[in-house]
Amino acid sequence: MTVQQAGGRRSRMDRWLSFNGWFVFAFLYLPILVVIVFSFSGAANVGIWGGFSLRWYERMAGNEQLIKTLENTLWVALWSTIIATVFGTAAALALDRYRKWISRGAFDAILYMPVIIPDVTMAVMLLLWFTQIGLPLGRLSIVLAHIAFNISFVAIVVRSRLAHMDPSMEEAAADLYASRWQAFRRVTLPLIMPGVLGGALLALTLSLDDVVITSFVQGPGSTTLPVHVFGLIRRSVTPEINAVSTLMVTASMILVFASLAIQRRGQN
Amino acid sequence: MRRLLMLIAVLALVAAACGDSSSTTSGDTSGGTEAPATEAPVTEAPVSGIQAAADACTLGETDGNLNLYNWTEYIPTGSLAEEFEVTDLLAAFEEEHGVSVVLTEYDDNETMLAQIDAGVGYDVVVPSDYMVSIMKDAGLLVKLNPSAVPNLSNIAAEFTDLPYDPGNQYSAPYQWGTTGIGYAYGTIDDEEGVSWGVIFDPEMSADNAGFISLLDDERETMGAALIYLGYSINSTDEAEVDEAAALIKETKDRLAAFSSAGYWDLLTSGETVVSQGWNGDFLAAYDEASTDDYDAYEDFGYAIPTEGAAAWVDTIAVPSTAEHPCSAQTFINFILDGFNGGELTNYNYYASPNAAAEEFIYPEILEDPSIYPLPEVLDRLEFFEDLGDFGTYYADAFSAAKS
Repeated sequence: MTVQQAGGRRSRMDRWLSFNGWFVFAFLYLPILVVIVFSFSGAANVGIWGGFSLRWYERMAGNEQLIKTLENTLWVALWSTIIATVFGTAAALALDRYRKWISRGAFDAILYMPVIIPDVTMAVMLLLWFTQIGLPLGRLSIVLAHIAFNISFVAIVVRSRLAHMDPSMEEAAADLYASRWQAFRRVTLPLIMPGVLGGALLALTLSLDDVVITSFVQGPGSTTLPVHVFGLIRRSVTPEINAVSTLMVTASMILVFASLAIQRRGQN
Repeated sequence: MRRLLMLIAVLALVAAACGDSSSTTSGDTSGGTEAPATEAPVTEAPVSGIQAAADACTLGETDGNLNLYNWTEYIPTGSLAEEFEVTDLLAAFEEEHGVSVVLTEYDDNETMLAQIDAGVGYDVVVPSDYMVSIMKDAGLLVKLNPSAVPNLSNIAAEFTDLPYDPGNQYSAPYQWGTTGIGYAYGTIDDEEGVSWGVIFDPEMSADNAGFISLLDDERETMGAALIYLGYSINSTDEAEVDEAAALIKETKDRLAAFSSAGYWDLLTSGETVVSQGWNGDFLAAYDEASTDDYDAYEDFGYAIPTEGAAAWVDTIAVPSTAEHPCSAQTFINFILDGFNGGELTNYNYYASPNAAAEEFIYPEILEDPSIYPLPEVLDRLEFFEDLGDFGTYYADAFSAAKS
């Protein structure tokens, strides 16, 4: 009797949980769905349905300035993510490994600074730094700025993964005559991979939607899509922005699914 | 803040993923290196010598490709120029002078200032009036050379001696507009013009209490109160400013919001019926609210109040960091050309300070009093001046009035 009761309660609980799951999904994705639907609207106003049409996609494809900013955005996001992921992961490993290092606490605090200082402060510091060292501003300076804040985020995510890792795994590998590189490549890296991928995706997202820092450190001709869109909204919003957003959402969905697929293939 | 939230979310996800152990995937990692240190050194003084170079430029001279730093979509180019059926001004300049134009966009005067202050080499910038005084005083603008920019003579007389740059020595006006009242027809008495009293007079505004918005801007909001009280928007009399602050404090109870961005949506969605704001914003919002079967202009209007109003000017100027001062001045001269100035207004729907442009501007723009105020209204407009240190008195008085 008790078993049955518990079972009944559990299934009610399950139902409730699954309802909650759908509710959360709806809460997160309905606004995105609205944007996607209205990007196919023929009306000239955001939020008014004017029959199915691809006119905003056509207009977007024909808008050279917008395409140029999209190109800049993708270029910056790709390079800053790759580089920040490598350095961020390395920093996380270093901090995790060398616990006895005296200045570790200080280094820890410095590494996390970009997470808590306001965007504008970081933007002005980076701008002054770049001009002091004579770096010409442009796509390169934007990439460097994005790496600067992304390293911290990647490091934090990877460290949270490392904290759950059993150090005896690596020791076992060493006992079995694995070189340090082999132990890292065959044991540590696969174990922290979800953290590395999570960090990389976070870095990519942050890079894709950064406005404040980018608008300060941009140089001639390197305006990115978020900076462009932000400027547009100050004047008036056209459904063209819906089309751009749909494209960006689709692209990030593909990225997420790809990373999931890679992880799953790894498991099999 | 947003980044912090995202970080927390991702950490939660990674922690959740801890249970499953995935094995080999590709990925190379090499030795540890530190994040680049981000110390903030002090800026060095801007190099001058650029002024001599600018003074030596001749009419139509170019000295390299032009780096234009402008507000987002503030100049017709590419497919947008096609859509508005106006000339692609950047392409036209490239063709006429054989140099290419690299456009970079900003959405905030202060961002632009920070970049110029740091020495980024843009050739032409588009600062608003008050920003011209700031940049001029900081030595960040190059004096224009009238022999390289003869079209300066096209500028209408009202715009040749404005307080932010008397005699247009450092800047040429680009577009201009006003700060007035956007409102829903039928909610206020506009028979004989609209008075600031619809916001500030307790009796006149009683019916609309709770449906009024003011800008959230110490100079603009205090300016409106000063005008209503019969003072100048550039008053440096503490008693007058205090009086304006007291008026705003009294008005506060009848307000729906202090808003400088989005107040236009509050108006078109019915959450306010009377709103202080910039003419371009209201017109854009009315356009946006209109559909094939609904004309928002039938329900909403814009008025420059009878007591007067503040006006703003965006200008075009050469920063001291310019690398191609001759191309820059040739470009300013090109923009000040009558036809090009007209096309600029036909694209932006802002009034043009260029007298020679008038014959090229669409009649429906010229005849729209919310874009082109009637001559008698023009006399009641006032431009903001940079008040230097007294500016903080405004900021303090305004924040005290709001709280």
